[in-house]
Amino acid sequence: MSQVFGAVFAPGFFASTQVQVAVVVGTMVAVVASAVGVFTVIRGQSFAGEALGDIGTTGGSGAFLVGAGPLWGFLAISIVAAAAMELIGIQRPRGRDLATGIVLGAGLGLAALLLYFDATYHNKTGATVTILFGSIFLIPSSTLPLVVLLSAIVLAIVAVLYRPLLLSSMSTELAAARGIPVRPVGALYLLALAIAVALASVTIGTILSTALLVGPAAAALRLTRRPATAMLAAALIGIGAMWLGIVLAYDSYDWPPIHDGWPVSFFVVTIIFVLYLLAGVPGLWRARQRRRADATTGGPLIAERR
Amino acid sequence: MSGESGSGERRAVLAVDGVTVRLSGREILKDVSFGVCPGEFTGLIGSNGAGKTTLLRVILGLQASTAGQVLVDGRPRSRRNPLIGYVPQKFLLDPDMPLRARDLVGLGLDGHRFGIPRPSRARRALIDEMLAAVDAEPFADARVGTLSGGEQQRVLIAHALISRPKLLLLDEPLANLDLPSAQEVVALLARIASEQGIAILISAHEMNPLLPVMERIVYLVGGRAASGTTEEVVRTDVLSKLYGRQVEVLHIHGRVLVVAGPGEDPDAAHKHEGPLIAVEIVQ
Repeated sequence: MSQVFGAVFAPGFFASTQVQVAVVVGTMVAVVASAVGVFTVIRGQSFAGEALGDIGTTGGSGAFLVGAGPLWGFLAISIVAAAAMELIGIQRPRGRDLATGIVLGAGLGLAALLLYFDATYHNKTGATVTILFGSIFLIPSSTLPLVVLLSAIVLAIVAVLYRPLLLSSMSTELAAARGIPVRPVGALYLLALAIAVALASVTIGTILSTALLVGPAAAALRLTRRPATAMLAAALIGIGAMWLGIVLAYDSYDWPPIHDGWPVSFFVVTIIFVLYLLAGVPGLWRARQRRRADATTGGPLIAERR
Repeated sequence: MSGESGSGERRAVLAVDGVTVRLSGREILKDVSFGVCPGEFTGLIGSNGAGKTTLLRVILGLQASTAGQVLVDGRPRSRRNPLIGYVPQKFLLDPDMPLRARDLVGLGLDGHRFGIPRPSRARRALIDEMLAAVDAEPFADARVGTLSGGEQQRVLIAHALISRPKLLLLDEPLANLDLPSAQEVVALLARIASEQGIAILISAHEMNPLLPVMERIVYLVGGRAASGTTEEVVRTDVLSKLYGRQVEVLHIHGRVLVVAGPGEDPDAAHKHEGPLIAVEIVQ
């Protein structure tokens, strides 16, 4: 038993401060990402989430240049970009994609310049990989209070907006007729999304942040019929992927080819992807059962669909 | 009959008085007046672009009127009026949307409130009652997005009814429904109107499915309205005046057809603002 334990958790795993910080931050971020992610998937704003993550590269690389923590950079640029999207016209679906694309392009151009400065002028070659693909083991414990505060803000926003957001995600007309201030509600949700993306970027990088946001949520939505249950399931999937990823990354210090550890983000994202595929299995199985039932009752009742 | 303003004399649950809406220079609605009384089933009939949706939006308080006023239960209407239940026109839910029929009905009760819903026995009982009222119990726990169009309409009606409104507005609820489903929805609405005393205002581009239950009609052509009982409005003289040219109302096998009158150039119909097309059945 202890041999198995020793094989899974490499020596020094539990004593490592880096691991402890990584587990705490990873858990909080997974919870935040799942709460926001379910709404991101429901509202079809995955592209906006991806863009906010990508554009965080600009903030992260800028923060590196001035010697600040990357989270501040992610946060600042993500919120500014979210505000820009909102102002340009994120309300209409078509305008939304266009606005997102325009803001994204401008931001990434700047990121190219800043990363170039980081790598050449400041000689911080690791900056590019850290920003784009994250490094949860490099998070200083001094960042913890900020992570806790931001997580609390996001969860509070989602809890307060829960019902109006659900209703306006279904039909803005219906929501508006009920007196829900559709636009402010959407804008506040976008703020929560921006913060959640910044938090995810710290753990698994700007490029991969959407994977943590959308992946567990999408997997959970395949399994459940209720939004609150979906958030819970997504949180469990996210936390599971995060913890397993951290354990495997720690173990991988002994792995070839360089014996210097594989990136956590690789493990987390891969685990999420596998879980997403597995989450589709019950649906496939149900569909097969239904076909079998139809075959015995003499064909499906084809219902008209709007 | 035409241009009746039912604001004062009867205790109208809805009084629309001289409503005009001008949007970027175009008059969408011109001096529209009518009243709706409790338990009454009113059809808002007109072709696409006649101003039906705009009129409903004015009543809901989502669209400001250029002139005129709307009284709901004797008071000026405001946004989020709990006296009005609303079923919007286009309602397409993704099958993956994690929302059961009963959740959607529950959102009708408290969807505008902030914070997380607190489940209670009373809330659940009320939701069950509403699901039963629209015969939606068999699919109460199914995802809304997986239901058929007719089933979704019934769930949406329950969603609108649960806040105990006095007036139920439905925007084209029969569009995209096959005939049996449409008849089912119409029968359900008529039952709700008579049993619960709720006034129903339903927009449609086709009046025939509503004829068996429709007590009053608001007929919109190019933003102008004629209102009254079906017999008062759906007449050759009234509709000819409304269309601004000769039309004829024909009764064939219990159906009402509105066609271009004799002597009208069939092609001219296209050039008028009205939707009238000779031979083609307008209503």
